[in-house]
Amino acid sequence: MSKKKHITLTVNGKQEEFLAEPRELLIYTLRERLNITGPHIGCETSHCGACTVTIDGKSVKSCTMFAVQAEGSEITTIEGLGGPDDLHPLQEAFKEHHGLQCGYCTPGMITRATKLLEEIPNPTEEEIRFGMAGNICRCTGYQNIVKSIQAAATEMNAAKEAAE
Amino acid sequence: MIPADFEYYRPKDLAGVLSILEEHGDDARVMAGGHSLIPMMKLRMADVPHLIDLQDVGGMADIDVGTESISIGAMVTQHDIIDNAALSAAAPILAEAALQIADPQVRYMGTVGGNVANGDPGNDMPGLMQCLDATFTLVGADGERSIPAREFYEAAYMTAREDDEVMTGVTLPLPKGGYAYQKQKRKIGDYATAAAAVMIVKEGDTCVSASVAMTNLSDTPIYSEAAGAALVGTSVDDAALKAAVTAMLGDIDPSEDNRGPVAFKNHVAGVILRRTIELAWSRA
Repeated sequence: MSKKKHITLTVNGKQEEFLAEPRELLIYTLRERLNITGPHIGCETSHCGACTVTIDGKSVKSCTMFAVQAEGSEITTIEGLGGPDDLHPLQEAFKEHHGLQCGYCTPGMITRATKLLEEIPNPTEEEIRFGMAGNICRCTGYQNIVKSIQAAATEMNAAKEAAE
Repeated sequence: MIPADFEYYRPKDLAGVLSILEEHGDDARVMAGGHSLIPMMKLRMADVPHLIDLQDVGGMADIDVGTESISIGAMVTQHDIIDNAALSAAAPILAEAALQIADPQVRYMGTVGGNVANGDPGNDMPGLMQCLDATFTLVGADGERSIPAREFYEAAYMTAREDDEVMTGVTLPLPKGGYAYQKQKRKIGDYATAAAAVMIVKEGDTCVSASVAMTNLSDTPIYSEAAGAALVGTSVDDAALKAAVTAMLGDIDPSEDNRGPVAFKNHVAGVILRRTIELAWSRA
């Protein structure tokens, strides 16, 4: 067996240190080692996006990265965006606009959408559909997902303006 | 899906990479973004006892737009290409192609070096680089060498790169004229059923040079010199388009797979090439 690696990650602002085999995929580290179960395992073949997390400012499918590759990085999952008492505007908008049905794809959708809105704060419908193309929903919910992201963008832009 | 056990290395420089490659031969593989290799390791179709992560090796993530040529480091991601305004001004075909690769998440990780070095006939950058007459830089124990993209691909996953060499970057002459990269795929994230890269130079109403390459229609990318030649000296009218398509069909050799039978692939290749030429010509 290969030598275990000492890995340090910052997940949702909290530093985590552990020993892991190099073949441990990041999604298993998050879910099974750190008990951060927001990122889901959908297809496990880099297609569906349910496992999407933000790593050093990039949206990444955590089923296609070894934890050891992420050594030293900062990771944000859905848990780091907001909780039941302080929902992120995207979480609030998905709730308000029925942006989910079964909810399985939602953590990945919302985590990806935070990065999309960072890059394009006021996206068109087409830009949303293109920017969310790495996340699959099987409840046929795309229309409301687009609506939710548009609503969150409006909300976030208004809040930003109010703050300035 | 858990890959077989492996040793992991993250060297800080190329010398470190080369010494691991030398020690372990073809038991070692380098990894850039990992979005081709890791899926294969998970399926246990790739056995990599020694995995060398290139992310800490410096000097391979730069984009340099010069007056005569462009160099792109092997670790430059598809996202970097899309995001680089100077590059998009000088060679917009690169971002046009990159935007048709995989999906946003994969484009943050997927690199130019990985895309061209892997030798997967489904990858988009190899055909694009052949169209642009790019040159690949390889570094091995004996130093550095360059090889034209048009001479690099031998068969599926078989390239002119030796096991102990690392691809460090791509250099291409500053593209001139109209451009287009168009791709027919079954869904977002899919490899091409057929894709075409076209560069075309127009003087007056006449095409004076044209370069055509096709993706995923043989076990290598196909640079179709004959298709380009069929356009030169014409006004890219219907007869010239038909001649270029006929010439291209003589150069490709698609095989039947889950994207369709051979006759369908040839049909789609023709449709896509015609569209790509028309778009490139309209921009020339």
